Amino acid sequence: MKNTVYINKKAIEVESGTTILQAAAQAGIKIPTLCHLEGQIPKGACRVCMVDVEGAKNMVASCTTPVNDGMKITTNSREVREARKFVLELLLSEHCGDCKTCVRNDDCELQQLAIEMGVMEIAYPGEKLITRIDESTPALVRDSGKCIKCRRCLTVCNEVQGIGALAAQGRGFDSVIGPAFDNALEGVQCVQCGQCAAVCPVGAITEKEHIDYVWEAIEDPSKFVVVQTAPAIRAALGECFDYEPGTLVTGKMVSALRLIGFDRIFDTNFAADLTIMEEGTELLTRLKTALVDKKQVALPMFTSCSPGWIKYAEYFYPEFLNNISTCKSPQQMFGAVAKTYMAKKEKIDPKNIVVVSVMPCTAKKFEAGRDEMNASGYQDVDYVLTTRELARMIKQTGIDFKALDDDKMDSPLGQSSGAADIFANTGGVMEAAVRTAYELVTGKELPLKNLHIKEVTGLEGVKKASLKIEGCLPEWSFLEGVELKVGVAHGLGNARKIIEAVRAGETFHFIEIMTCPGGCIGGGGQPRFTTDEVRQKRIEAIYKEDEGKTIRKSHMNPEIVQIYEEFLKKPLGSISHSLLHTHYHERN
Amino acid sequence: MANETETVVKHCQCSEVSEAELYERLTTIVRSQRTVPGALIPVLQTAQNLFGYLPENALRIISKELKIPYSEVAGVVGFYSYFSTVPKGKYTIRVCLGTACYVRGGQDVLRALQNELNINIGGTTPDRKFSLEVGRCFGACGLAPVVMVGDQTFQRVKPAKVGEILKSFE
Repeated sequence: MKNTVYINKKAIEVESGTTILQAAAQAGIKIPTLCHLEGQIPKGACRVCMVDVEGAKNMVASCTTPVNDGMKITTNSREVREARKFVLELLLSEHCGDCKTCVRNDDCELQQLAIEMGVMEIAYPGEKLITRIDESTPALVRDSGKCIKCRRCLTVCNEVQGIGALAAQGRGFDSVIGPAFDNALEGVQCVQCGQCAAVCPVGAITEKEHIDYVWEAIEDPSKFVVVQTAPAIRAALGECFDYEPGTLVTGKMVSALRLIGFDRIFDTNFAADLTIMEEGTELLTRLKTALVDKKQVALPMFTSCSPGWIKYAEYFYPEFLNNISTCKSPQQMFGAVAKTYMAKKEKIDPKNIVVVSVMPCTAKKFEAGRDEMNASGYQDVDYVLTTRELARMIKQTGIDFKALDDDKMDSPLGQSSGAADIFANTGGVMEAAVRTAYELVTGKELPLKNLHIKEVTGLEGVKKASLKIEGCLPEWSFLEGVELKVGVAHGLGNARKIIEAVRAGETFHFIEIMTCPGGCIGGGGQPRFTTDEVRQKRIEAIYKEDEGKTIRKSHMNPEIVQIYEEFLKKPLGSISHSLLHTHYHERN
Repeated sequence: MANETETVVKHCQCSEVSEAELYERLTTIVRSQRTVPGALIPVLQTAQNLFGYLPENALRIISKELKIPYSEVAGVVGFYSYFSTVPKGKYTIRVCLGTACYVRGGQDVLRALQNELNINIGGTTPDRKFSLEVGRCFGACGLAPVVMVGDQTFQRVKPAKVGEILKSFE
């Protein structure tokens, strides 16, 4: 049913059940909010979104108030502005943080709103929140003094990711948002995905910065500092420099990294192609074991690129750990080959090589420090910067990002196929693997338009597809006529759904799981603020990058061919085994 | 810490029932409530009645069986002053700090009790005899300041007399 409502005297038609906040958005009228999250049940926690409704006793929070037919709403009057400013001043009176030295300076919704509302003094000097810094985890830092109790973090942790590491603790002025009994984050089942940091309107949850370590390494003449950038960075970094979401800035990013002073600019995409070689072969090997050797083997196989997902499985689904591909993530494969293969080629002692990653992800900071990730004899990846941190580094140098020319990645770990690009988004790893595996098995290109598996693209939470394998080469004849069933889930709440479907007996051969909604393009380390619209634009940019390449299949990447010829010999071979594969263990 | 735990077990009011048995009872009760909406608070009350307080293990069981994140269970426990995660003493002392008691020196009485027992508000003496809490009006304003020890009420309490009151509970 349609309702007619009047916002600032303008009549608009909306579906009944629409909230005032949504109705205003549809009419292009901005109502400020610090707690609202699209797609989630409104909490009415921040009280900033107040509006005047004719006939109502008090002003109402527009996020929690559904419209009535004929409702007359005022979003802009002196009373409304003053009420919002009053709420804002109360929030600011408790907020214990100094904008000048806050990591979120210039990226803070509270600060931005204070500017917009014209708050010039804190009219209520009173008790401040107590600042307690929780640095217990490798990836995230919590600052209780800055928290405005908007509850976005716990909403995303509970409702989107289905983990529930955070909740409101205590009561009244003493309440804090945190793990049980406000203990350290390290002690609870947190997967370090950083979605909380991505939605926090202030600086209460942020990534643990590695910027200073990276500068120190760059300035140390004895160190050879190489950098790798994940596929999702190039489609999002521009947003930190006022580009529209979905603007590809690959070439400028390489230029900026060179100006920052890295000795080599390489690409995680190269390692993504390497992952496909290993993971695709692993999938086919598992299928062969099941179908030809008739032996017990863990199927479906799950992808292993997303470290938040790995930690999630270790906590919540340990019985599926054997189903997870033994392939390390592209970040870790890169680190391992940089300190072995590249070290040999460049004739540099690996102990002097520093590998820096730029990732859309906070969990990658955790992953780099895992015990399993020292295959080169050293920590394979030394430091991990989020996209946001890289933007801050670029700003620290004074580089005029927009004025930069395009530059190219270095060899031998810099070239990549279009298949590697799409690792950035949900459905992409699956599609990349199928492009190579299909061709390996049949000798023919994947017979789909633009090489895309349409059913697994897009933002639907759980996606499924099946693909009939026909015309197999003789050595793969056992796959002739097999319907390859694949599944894709993004966001851990959706991961749970697909795993429960597997538990209930649904058949899949291969399942891709990405921790964050939208995949890595929506990662916890990406520029803020990520909405579904932004996710969609970044995904479009990634597909554009993929389709713009002449080489779109991992096995066709000449640098991949070269590394197998010169170093690894063959996928799943003994060198691969020791450098590129690992196993995970149950966690309590 | 270890000593404290020992004391807890020794002085537990439910010492006639073994701890394992209490946990077994709790698990049975929680499982019967799995499908009941809003079961968390009644279950917490039951658990507190069983153990005299809410031990961490009990909260873990409740979280797991009701499929409610541990952080949320902890949030509810922390929200209501009724719930306690530390063992309570045999007698709970409640010092009224309602308006009448407050103006007639309830605060001084409270301070005297804190000194005498050497615990803070919400605390319990190491021998688990007394816990100290603050109340907001017991409806006996004419007798202010009022202190309750267990279910006994003491009227017009003077700070100097609190030692005597406590002795009567030897």
